[in-house]
Amino acid sequence: MEKRVTFGKWTIGILFAVPQLILIFTFFYWPAGQAVYWSLTLQQPWGGGNIWVGLDNFRSILANADYWNSITASLVFAGISTGLAMLIALVLATLTDRQLAGSRLYRVVLIWPYGIAAPALAMAFRFILAPEAGFMAAVNKVWPGFWDPGLNGADAMASVIIAFSWKYVGYNFIFFLAALQAIPRSLIEAAAMDGSGVIRRFWDIQFPLITPTIFFLLVINITESFQDSFGIVDIMTAGGPANATNLMVYKIYSDGFKGLDYSGAAAQSIILMLLIIVLTIFQFRFIERRVHYR
Amino acid sequence: MVERTPILNFFTHLILFVGFVFCVAPFVIVAIAASHNLKDVNDVPMSLLPGSDFWVNIKTAWTTADLGPKLFNSFVMAAGVAAGKVIISALTAFSIVYFRYPGRMLIFWLIFVTLMLPLEVRIVPTYAVVANVLSPYQAIMDVTGISWLIEKISGVQVSLSLGLLNSYTGLIMPLIATATGTFLYRQFFLTVPDELTEAARMDGAGALRFFIDILLPLSRNNMAALGTIMFLWAWNQYLWPLLITTDRSHATAVTELKQLIPNVGGAPEWHIAMAGTLIVMLPPLIVVVLMQRWFVRGLIATEK
Repeated sequence: MEKRVTFGKWTIGILFAVPQLILIFTFFYWPAGQAVYWSLTLQQPWGGGNIWVGLDNFRSILANADYWNSITASLVFAGISTGLAMLIALVLATLTDRQLAGSRLYRVVLIWPYGIAAPALAMAFRFILAPEAGFMAAVNKVWPGFWDPGLNGADAMASVIIAFSWKYVGYNFIFFLAALQAIPRSLIEAAAMDGSGVIRRFWDIQFPLITPTIFFLLVINITESFQDSFGIVDIMTAGGPANATNLMVYKIYSDGFKGLDYSGAAAQSIILMLLIIVLTIFQFRFIERRVHYR
Repeated sequence: MVERTPILNFFTHLILFVGFVFCVAPFVIVAIAASHNLKDVNDVPMSLLPGSDFWVNIKTAWTTADLGPKLFNSFVMAAGVAAGKVIISALTAFSIVYFRYPGRMLIFWLIFVTLMLPLEVRIVPTYAVVANVLSPYQAIMDVTGISWLIEKISGVQVSLSLGLLNSYTGLIMPLIATATGTFLYRQFFLTVPDELTEAARMDGAGALRFFIDILLPLSRNNMAALGTIMFLWAWNQYLWPLLITTDRSHATAVTELKQLIPNVGGAPEWHIAMAGTLIVMLPPLIVVVLMQRWFVRGLIATEK
């Protein structure tokens, strides 16, 4: 889409874009380029600049069992938390869309968790799910040793997933509700007139019409699960126990800033970047499909 | 409601109510835990009746994590990012939509690509840039030979250096360097009728006057939505402030929360930790509640 009427002096026009261009060059393109450069070189331990090592950094990372463990943990985390957050949100949004009494209240309240900082909600859930105090302690009293995120990797992963899903249910809820409300009422009423029940109407009308939103949220949730998980992991488990929750961004942080292995961290960043770019491209394919639905 | 479905309605209410409880419970539990004393908060199961130590705990958490200045830092960062985004994105979108110049599409794509890579995945090199923001320009001058030339002519060795670690600028700038707002404005500017531009030009308004007197007042709704969403987003940032503020006095409230995690082996002071969590949770929650309309609108608009 283009404007028919524009302003003549295009030199002034470029000036308007300059602040943002300087910002994204300095804080986006240069660091991104730097990451590529670092990933292909190795910093000498006693100074003397970087030496070119080609793809060696990638090779050593991909040969490292810890890294594969981190990828597996990230994928498990992304898969389960995305599934959980989207499924719960879809159920709640569909029911809210039935517009019974009180649905206004749900529309307001269910969004709250999304406003909360990941570390703050992680702190809350660390307490709620703590094995010695809080609420899981009561369960532990009945079945001793049932729950201990400090020692059991699966428990730790479960707590991180619960905290993340709690936040993103609210986010998904907003989008699902907006999509459901965009469906013309007359469609639903016509179907009801033809004698189809609520569940039939959901699968045959509402669900197909909101598939673009589902694809969109799928991608956003997966990308966010890579990024927004950092605060939750850092507060709740610090990557432990035994690397069970050492997700990709957390590993980049600990390798780069605690282990001071810039080259390794840069190579990991590049892999993560590629992963996210693939997901984003995937998403744009579906955005095109969304246009077709209308 | 289309037809009468009493059983289904019952389950609808039931499920929504359960969802509501799960959504609100963590807030309530945090608030209740923050009102207990050390013994009561570690009781199994913890009593759900509020204790009487609420203000004492709030005060302790406030001083332990030094939350006063930290909340101020958070506020400056969040307001700075929101304001920076609202202004800079508007300028860029104006340039892309209302002018025709060579390389316009290139600029559009350069900005568009930044949507793909969040700050989290390029933290290490971004940290290096912020440690000396002029390093990219130094490197360019070194490679192109400009610094060699300057040294030959004037005898001055060029070494540009400006560190932004532990500063508000260093906190804010990299968070502004993405495209989120630009596209929100672009979509809106494209819907502004051309007749308006024609009329303004006929009345002798230049680009700047049109931008300030017509376009900006029209985009007030967009600004509110973008500002709200960016304020919350920046307030909730964790990884970036954690790296950039090596000096604790520049830390933000969200990063300082870590100080309140009960130590292994120490007294499990969960009541203090929860009081601190409550303080950090509250400002964004208030923004969400008061600005709900803009929040929802901004959320849906910025992601599309």
